[in-house]
Amino acid sequence: MFNTYRRGLFITAFLAAPVTLYLVYVISPYIQAFYIATTDWRGVSATPNFIGLDNFVRLFSDGIFWKAVTHNAALLVLLPLFTIVIALFFAFLLNVGSGGRGVAGVPGSKVYRVVFFFPQVLAVTVVAVLFQQVFRPDDSGMLNGPLMALGLSPISFLSDPGIAFWSVLGVMVWQAVGFYVVLFSAGLASIPRDMFEAAAIDGAGRVSLFFRITLPLLWDTVQVAWVYLGILALDVFAIVWVMTDQQGGPDYSTTVMATEIYRNAFEYFRFGYASALGVVMFFFTIGFAILSLRLSRRERIEY
Amino acid sequence: MTTMTSWTIANSRKLARQERRRRMGPLALLTHLALLLWTVLTVVPILWTFLASVKSEDEIFGAAWSLPATLRWDNFARAWDQVHIGQYFLNSVIVVAFSVTGTMLLGAMAAYVLARYPFRGNRAVYLLFVSGLAFPVYLALTPLFFVVQNMGNVPLIGPFIGLNTHAGLVLVYIAYSMPFTVFFLAAFFRTLPTAVGEAAMVDGASHTRVFFQIMLPMARPGLVSITIFNVLGQWNQYQLPLVLLQERDKWVLTQGIADISTAAGYDADWAALFAALTLAILPMLIVYTVFQRQIQSGLTMGALK
Repeated sequence: MFNTYRRGLFITAFLAAPVTLYLVYVISPYIQAFYIATTDWRGVSATPNFIGLDNFVRLFSDGIFWKAVTHNAALLVLLPLFTIVIALFFAFLLNVGSGGRGVAGVPGSKVYRVVFFFPQVLAVTVVAVLFQQVFRPDDSGMLNGPLMALGLSPISFLSDPGIAFWSVLGVMVWQAVGFYVVLFSAGLASIPRDMFEAAAIDGAGRVSLFFRITLPLLWDTVQVAWVYLGILALDVFAIVWVMTDQQGGPDYSTTVMATEIYRNAFEYFRFGYASALGVVMFFFTIGFAILSLRLSRRERIEY
Repeated sequence: MTTMTSWTIANSRKLARQERRRRMGPLALLTHLALLLWTVLTVVPILWTFLASVKSEDEIFGAAWSLPATLRWDNFARAWDQVHIGQYFLNSVIVVAFSVTGTMLLGAMAAYVLARYPFRGNRAVYLLFVSGLAFPVYLALTPLFFVVQNMGNVPLIGPFIGLNTHAGLVLVYIAYSMPFTVFFLAAFFRTLPTAVGEAAMVDGASHTRVFFQIMLPMARPGLVSITIFNVLGQWNQYQLPLVLLQERDKWVLTQGIADISTAAGYDADWAALFAALTLAILPMLIVYTVFQRQIQSGLTMGALK
């Protein structure tokens, strides 16, 4: 009896602090957000009135909101696509396709992996400020300097509304690739060598080695990567807020849901409207999670 | 005889090398070119920043790839003092030191109990923690601001955990790190053998003692990975401090760096900006070079689970 009591006491004591913190700082704000989304709360001192779904109605006729959603959706497709293709290519070169007959990685593959991974440990804000300088529009920019020296006209990486979005995407891919090279390399390392060697002896070239062996056996890891990158694409904030002109511009050409939430809440003090945006974002994220769980149900290849 | 053998070995090595080189056809060359290209893409922007950090203001606005006439180390002094990078750096260190310690302690406690002690509601508490993995933090941002503001009104401890306090940010970091930490460590504790702990209990050790003296040491590899994960995640966090720390002298490094370029405008000290960027990158570069194996496995481990 005493033992049961002590066990209960132990469980309570160990869970009390983490659960309390979690309820206060994480769960309660999430629940409050759903309520605030149905009010017209503006400003710190104003009292909120219940207005039902008005915020959502206004949201769906808000052009900026749709721009933000479009950019998130484009990133959701393009960021995983580019990152995974590039990372798979490099992981394959580093681990399997060295060119020679055997099935070894390129010499120096460890060094490449270490270098490629480094951007991942940098803060997104640091990367954002760094690329803001790299993308300078005149010959003092790291990229435009050489372009202009060659007699070409400079590219307005961040000030041309047609290009700015691609600059954001490019920087995100730049930072993410190394992580997935390492992730896919770890996945490749768990595939038995004989598998590749047997295929190579049977006359498989590098292309079929990649598409017939590597890709099917790595498929699980690729799906994990897709989910991670998808969430990264839905959650993007700092790179847009810090790097782009007018924090999501020029002319809202790079804005995303997270920046609009922040702008509405902490610059316009439209708390209700910002929360409604947050609720929409929540459903997008949950929708994406459910969708990817559904699609990823697939027979596993045992080896 | 011996000279003959060594000659043969040397010669065969040479032949092998030639053979390898012969096989390295155009395809292998392309492989190396592709890898080198990405290496250049990764390294050059960072090196260029380092280069600009010792240039003068005029040189920074001149040709991008020109070398500085003299090395301006005073840029770093200005970045440290006048741009307050030193202060922000210290703030980041303080916040992350406390928040990671708290995250690991509370996370390990919760994960251990949830992994090893069946009780009514265990599954519900576990799911409550893990569900946090799916929520976008932006949904909680506005209410979180008011939760922390209200915390400031709590009698006695209020002034220490409200808005614009480091302790307040530490608590928020701990709470938002719980989902991943609990999820991962609970999985890890489940894989550990039960026999050692049970033997200690028979010998009269308390539950608490078994946890601290037996289970935590056994869980070391998992704890190291998640600590690395949390250190990097919390060090690089920008969104939460942006909302919760609005007084300049409380800012963390990411806020300081972001501010130099966004808010400074025309009279910005660009030379100091590059020096500040360098000061933010260099420690990461050093830590990464020393711990790269642990960092790589720590960050990718979670994804492969």
